Amino acid sequence: MTAEKTKKTLYDKIWDAHVVREAEGEPTILYIDLHLIHEVTSPQAFTGLNMRGLPVRRPDLTVGTMDHSVPSVNRDQFPWLDALAQKQVEMLADNCKKYGIVLHDLQSKHQGIVHIIGPELGLTQPGKTIVCGDSHTSTHGAFGALAFGIGTSEVEHVLATQTLLQNKTKSMAITINGKLKPGVFSKDIILRIIHEIGIGGGTGYTIEYRGSAIEALSMEARMTICNMSIEAGARAGMVAPDQTTIEYLQKRVKFKDDAERDRMTAQWLSWKSDEGAVFDKEVVIDADTIEPMVTWGTNPGMSVGISKNIPAAQTEDITKALEYMGLTAGQTMMGQPVQYVFLGSCTNSRIEDLRISASIMKDRKIASGITAYVVPGSQEVKAQAEAEGLDKIFLAAGAQWREPGCSMCIGMNGDMVPAGKYCASTSNRNFIGRQGRGARTLLMSPAMAATAAVAGSVQDVRTYAHVLPKNTSI
Amino acid sequence: MTPLHRDDVDTDQIIPARYLTATDKKGFGEHLFMDLRFENDSLTLKPDFPLNQEQYKGAEILLAHENFGCGSSREHAPWALLGWGFRAVVAISFADIFTNNSAKNGLLLVELPREVVDAMHADVLKNPKEQAAIDLGKQTITWKGQAYTFPINPFVKKCMMEGLDDVGYTLSFANDIIAYEQRTV
Repeated sequence: MTAEKTKKTLYDKIWDAHVVREAEGEPTILYIDLHLIHEVTSPQAFTGLNMRGLPVRRPDLTVGTMDHSVPSVNRDQFPWLDALAQKQVEMLADNCKKYGIVLHDLQSKHQGIVHIIGPELGLTQPGKTIVCGDSHTSTHGAFGALAFGIGTSEVEHVLATQTLLQNKTKSMAITINGKLKPGVFSKDIILRIIHEIGIGGGTGYTIEYRGSAIEALSMEARMTICNMSIEAGARAGMVAPDQTTIEYLQKRVKFKDDAERDRMTAQWLSWKSDEGAVFDKEVVIDADTIEPMVTWGTNPGMSVGISKNIPAAQTEDITKALEYMGLTAGQTMMGQPVQYVFLGSCTNSRIEDLRISASIMKDRKIASGITAYVVPGSQEVKAQAEAEGLDKIFLAAGAQWREPGCSMCIGMNGDMVPAGKYCASTSNRNFIGRQGRGARTLLMSPAMAATAAVAGSVQDVRTYAHVLPKNTSI
Repeated sequence: MTPLHRDDVDTDQIIPARYLTATDKKGFGEHLFMDLRFENDSLTLKPDFPLNQEQYKGAEILLAHENFGCGSSREHAPWALLGWGFRAVVAISFADIFTNNSAKNGLLLVELPREVVDAMHADVLKNPKEQAAIDLGKQTITWKGQAYTFPINPFVKKCMMEGLDDVGYTLSFANDIIAYEQRTV
């Protein structure tokens, strides 16, 4: 045991507030405030729970939705093409009914990607511990929560005990100073960070993002950054709550009365690192050195600024990545043709992402030969976008407007990129085969992906689109 | 040992997402490294992939490289490795969630210094039948007569050696959970 730290990080504070039991040489039993579940990583956990004859300890702290394997079109037509996917969602519905868990199923106006709906429903709040059987649970850290992905055995553990066995990570502060240049977005910040620290650079750490460029971001943009913390290997990523956070929460959380609102607001704002708290590692980046980023390889660290060239192949892994991607060391990504465009995923399918994409595609057509999917993150995002007429813009441009879910980010529902084709994607992973067998994923911001859709190739949004939206803080 | 000399082998490579629609824990072994083992037709084996090579048949240890298991939280990754017949993975480093998931399923992860892992890769190419022996109690892996110690979380070690169950362990402290819930209401 180390001596009690006098100056604590936000991570220390949330950790300390959730310790159920600590003992030398044993993992800490950590209490979980919110457990989000979906159809793919929960069935075996419920089976295990059932075999143990145990109830769900806190169904009131558990919320389910269907997102990973649900079709993005014609999903009310049964049977689905994929009988196994249909069985998964049916099992989730049965399990939620049996154990008294609220489920936002396909008929719910709150259905959507699990990391999109948590914040929308006001469930994601500062100081909470939040887990889900999905690695992008780190998204919720944007609110100053400790949120991380877990495996199915741990899902079962949380269902049974409302706790997890945890060992504390080290802490890392990543500070982004200054102001982003126009055309540069939160997606570019996180791709730059992963490029800089490496995809294993965050392993064993919980990251706190801070600095003036982070403070200037909307909640949606902060979620994009925290979402991809796992792509640097980190357990979790977080941003301390501030007035931006409070404004979002006050619209989403249902308060009994003004007194409760004021009390909770004060409590939320108390979740921050102490002045002078020491982190195990610090990284500092100047915002004005960040430019639009595009990945060229087979992991999210293999990226390059749009004005730069892909580095020379120094390792066998880079050679293999370039071979898979059909790209050449030393080339630029500018002008690289794409055949598919995917605007969606838990990284970039919130209303701001759709607004900026629509502003670029407005009064334009997607280039010939391009298949473009626009997949809103939730029914709420979809309804909002339709109220603003964004769906009409996408459809008029020739893109497809689909039903909420993970869709082409993971390709579990049949939404896939064919082998050898390039996809400009706003998702989070460009792993081999991620979007379909042999698919070639180019990760980028929604602005860059929308630009690629109309250009038919990767372009620099700063010089191509001419009509940058007024609000460029995404 | 079966060598897989690649860095950053992600869980999408270990078990592609299209195989995650199953609702039990069985059958993932046959889809292990599916897209690395097979050509695009999913039928023709790639002869140069180590898992397809006769000399490594029956190996119970996968010799990987750096940052093995990065990416998603899918526990299907250790299920697939165990389903194939692997009981341990040796690497320079492992991803965080994969480490947890492996521990819960009794898949032993052996972390060794880069020079040792690189030497093992070179050795196993020369002599594929060379055997490694792992002693979990002593936390050693013996290779070509030399024993190398590896770190392991003491609780994970205890669980693996005694077959201790996490949920049962935690529920033995149910009173602490109740006390926590009462004081935080």
